[in-house]
Amino acid sequence: MSVPAKLSDVEPRFFTRAQWASFLLPTLLLALVLPLLNALLPSEHLLRPSDFTLNLYGKYATYAVLALGVDLLWGFLGILSLGQALFFALGGYAFGMHLLLMIGKDGQYKSKLPDYMVFLGYKALPVHWQPFYSFSFATCAVLVIPALIAFVFGWLAFRSRIKGVYLSILTQALTYAAALLFFRNDFGFGGNNGFTDFKRVLGADLNSPTTRRVLYVSSVLLLAGVFLLYRWLTRAKFGHLLQAIRDGENRVLFSGYATASYKLFVFVLVAAITGIAGALYVPQVGIINPSEMTPEKSLEAVVWVAVGGRGTLLGPVLGAFFVNALKSWATRSVPELWLYIIGGLFIVVVLFLPGGLISLPARFRLLWARYRSRASRPDSSTFFQQP
Amino acid sequence: MIRSLLIVLYGFVLGSGLARSSESVPVVASGRAQLLDALLTPPARQIAAVRALIGVEDAAITPALTAWRAGELYLVPLPNGALVPATLATAPDGGDFLVAISVLDGLPVPDSASGVGSAHPLRIVPKSLKSLETTATLRRAIRDVLEVAGVADASPSVRYESIERLGQSRKAEHLPLLQARLAIEKTPAVSRALADAIAFIQLSDSSPTVRLVAIAALGEAHSLAAASRFKELLAATPPPSSEEVAALSAALKKIESHWKTVNFFGDLFRGLSAGSVLLLIALGLAITFGLMGVINMAHGELMVVGAYSTFVTQNLFVSALGTASPFLNLYFIAALPAAFFSAALVGLALERGVIQFLYKRPLESLLATWGVSLALQQTFRLIFGPANVQINAPSWLQGSAAFHDVLFAYNRLFVIGFAALVVFGVWLVLNRTSLGLLVRAVMQNRQMASCIGVRATRVNMLTFAFGSGLAGLAGACLSQLGNVGPSMGQLHIIDSFMVVVSGGVGNILGSVAASLGIGSVDQLLQPLLGAVMGKILVLFAIILFLQWRPGGLFPTRSRSLD
Repeated sequence: MSVPAKLSDVEPRFFTRAQWASFLLPTLLLALVLPLLNALLPSEHLLRPSDFTLNLYGKYATYAVLALGVDLLWGFLGILSLGQALFFALGGYAFGMHLLLMIGKDGQYKSKLPDYMVFLGYKALPVHWQPFYSFSFATCAVLVIPALIAFVFGWLAFRSRIKGVYLSILTQALTYAAALLFFRNDFGFGGNNGFTDFKRVLGADLNSPTTRRVLYVSSVLLLAGVFLLYRWLTRAKFGHLLQAIRDGENRVLFSGYATASYKLFVFVLVAAITGIAGALYVPQVGIINPSEMTPEKSLEAVVWVAVGGRGTLLGPVLGAFFVNALKSWATRSVPELWLYIIGGLFIVVVLFLPGGLISLPARFRLLWARYRSRASRPDSSTFFQQP
Repeated sequence: MIRSLLIVLYGFVLGSGLARSSESVPVVASGRAQLLDALLTPPARQIAAVRALIGVEDAAITPALTAWRAGELYLVPLPNGALVPATLATAPDGGDFLVAISVLDGLPVPDSASGVGSAHPLRIVPKSLKSLETTATLRRAIRDVLEVAGVADASPSVRYESIERLGQSRKAEHLPLLQARLAIEKTPAVSRALADAIAFIQLSDSSPTVRLVAIAALGEAHSLAAASRFKELLAATPPPSSEEVAALSAALKKIESHWKTVNFFGDLFRGLSAGSVLLLIALGLAITFGLMGVINMAHGELMVVGAYSTFVTQNLFVSALGTASPFLNLYFIAALPAAFFSAALVGLALERGVIQFLYKRPLESLLATWGVSLALQQTFRLIFGPANVQINAPSWLQGSAAFHDVLFAYNRLFVIGFAALVVFGVWLVLNRTSLGLLVRAVMQNRQMASCIGVRATRVNMLTFAFGSGLAGLAGACLSQLGNVGPSMGQLHIIDSFMVVVSGGVGNILGSVAASLGIGSVDQLLQPLLGAVMGKILVLFAIILFLQWRPGGLFPTRSRSLD
């Protein structure tokens, strides 16, 4: 376990002035400056971020929200959930249903039904698809469906005090079973291929640069909002309780707190928020299929958190951006080495850098301090080295 | 020179040999004489002569007529003018010549020019002979003879098949032959097939009593072919008499309920073998996870190491012995220890390199070993390629045994037996050896054990290697049942973790019960719901089961908290 924040470490204020600055600056840069540069500068200008770059960062931002959820559960509550990709994908599927219906008659088969339904010989739209014509209903579904699944699973699991490794294995089995289910054609969600070929959202063309910029900005704003929310949660007394549950659940339980309810609340909240991230992810990448909810995806999200530094909120965001940028580069330049890189990253971080990238400055400071103190006082080892 | 001589001889024989042919052959059985007659008579009489062979029992008839029909039968002239019906084969000493194999005795035709009783086979120049011709009517006659000849064939499986074919033909003319054969048939399975075929033909008999008896007999015999015929008869116009309809539906019901039972037991057997596979995989996990508390996500890859070492052993055997050697079948025996030790070695490296630092951080051991599993997968891909590799099952693992119509495949039987053996071995090691005692001591309380002088580090090392070796054995076994490829380990890892969790961590018996249970339920659900739905249902059932018993089937009882 990483070193928990001690009660005495906690600053009374939500953010110090420096922290506000270091939060607002990157947020402004990502949410305002980059899209403005992209919109206003001519396309060949050196400083202009390309549409592709913006889209990529938007994707990373949704990933970072997923990572923040993993971190809140794992770093603060001690629950290593290997099923977070399921909630991400469920949100994506719920919103994907809406996007798919919004294609209207512009699909391959010029039918009112989505293409894959025509292909599979559906006669009419299934009843449970009807309400997804409404954007607001789809948005609610994005929140409610992952939350509902999380509630049922969490209620069952936390009530019978399944924890630690067992919970990890169970969540992994849950997302595995769900992926198997979604891979089936007769489950009615497009099987292997999932949903793709989206055309518009809220009447706006999904391929137009403006819509893409709006999606990108919403992703960054979502990330910033979720960051503030989690920050607030973990700073409050509530947050201390979460960490107490992580470090000694039975003691908290015996002190009179219903730990299962706390865990369930966080689990459900994180699932809903992860669902939103998934919903924003889908229109930006243009596809959602069952491979997004395999256990491997969940484990990848855990890598982002571990690499960035768990138990902190900045770490997972850094980790999500860093590992995914690394992945984008590696899968293009050295595809056969990518599994070695991510596997090695996993091992190295777990063995040598439990605090993640975010703990590097502190580590260097410590080393530097040691080096300084050693240099200032006569070291016994230098005595023996003299000829 | 020889070639021209042969041609001359051939012409000579064609002109004069036919009449004298029968006296040239030494004493033969009457069947063989008839065969020879059919082969050598002028074409006009040939069809009648061939038809006369129907029902004649002689081992030479089938190969001779088969070759004739295929246009591979030659009449080889001997220097004394006689003609020997023979097939041609390449000479054993190579060369451009062919040797003639007489269809009458299956021996090479001797070259009598080089002296009486000489062992030298007659050498024939390729293309110097023309094969014995056939016409369409003649081929039909040959087919009829062969169909019936199969009934008297020396091999029971050939007899079985041709009897079934005769039954299916529903020709009343075959009845006397089949009944005569039934009287002398000794192999029980063939006798049953004979009775079935007779009853099947009798279904079309003109007498109603004979038909009723045949229906009852077929119902008794649970013949599947009869079931579909019964359905045809029931739907036929005009419909059979009410008495017959009753008999038909009763027999149909009997057959269908029989096959339902057979399928149930077949599924149960497959479930048991699937459970044994799960057990083999989970057993290693029960040791590393259950006893040591290490979540080894690379367990599946250790299994793949075992499967690939089976592949490598097979290739070594092939390159050392050649593809034709009978000892090739033994490669699997050698592959088992190879798989165990190679997987154990990789496991040992894994323990020394990564896991020894993580004994107190189980969640992190999950993450680190997952990283290892990714790296191992990529390594397999680089060494053996991304496609599945070909592993040939040794002949003693191919085929199956039937018992009351339920098929027991040998490879599945082997897996069940092997799993039982391995469980017993693990139990022996853990409970009856001093190493096992040390293992259990360290697993119960690592610090206390090291305080009283147990070398805990070494015990950890050995235990982990042992668990990994078991994974390798599982991989070797699995290579006989399914595909071997780089991502094969991922298919089973979640299932086997579920086995250990639902069996009760730290308990071998629990793993045994859980894996057999999960395997059988999975297989029994599959015909009802399809492969994937069955699996999903089992996963959800396990999740729900753990609500009821969080500690699994056999939880470890302990007073300690946290």
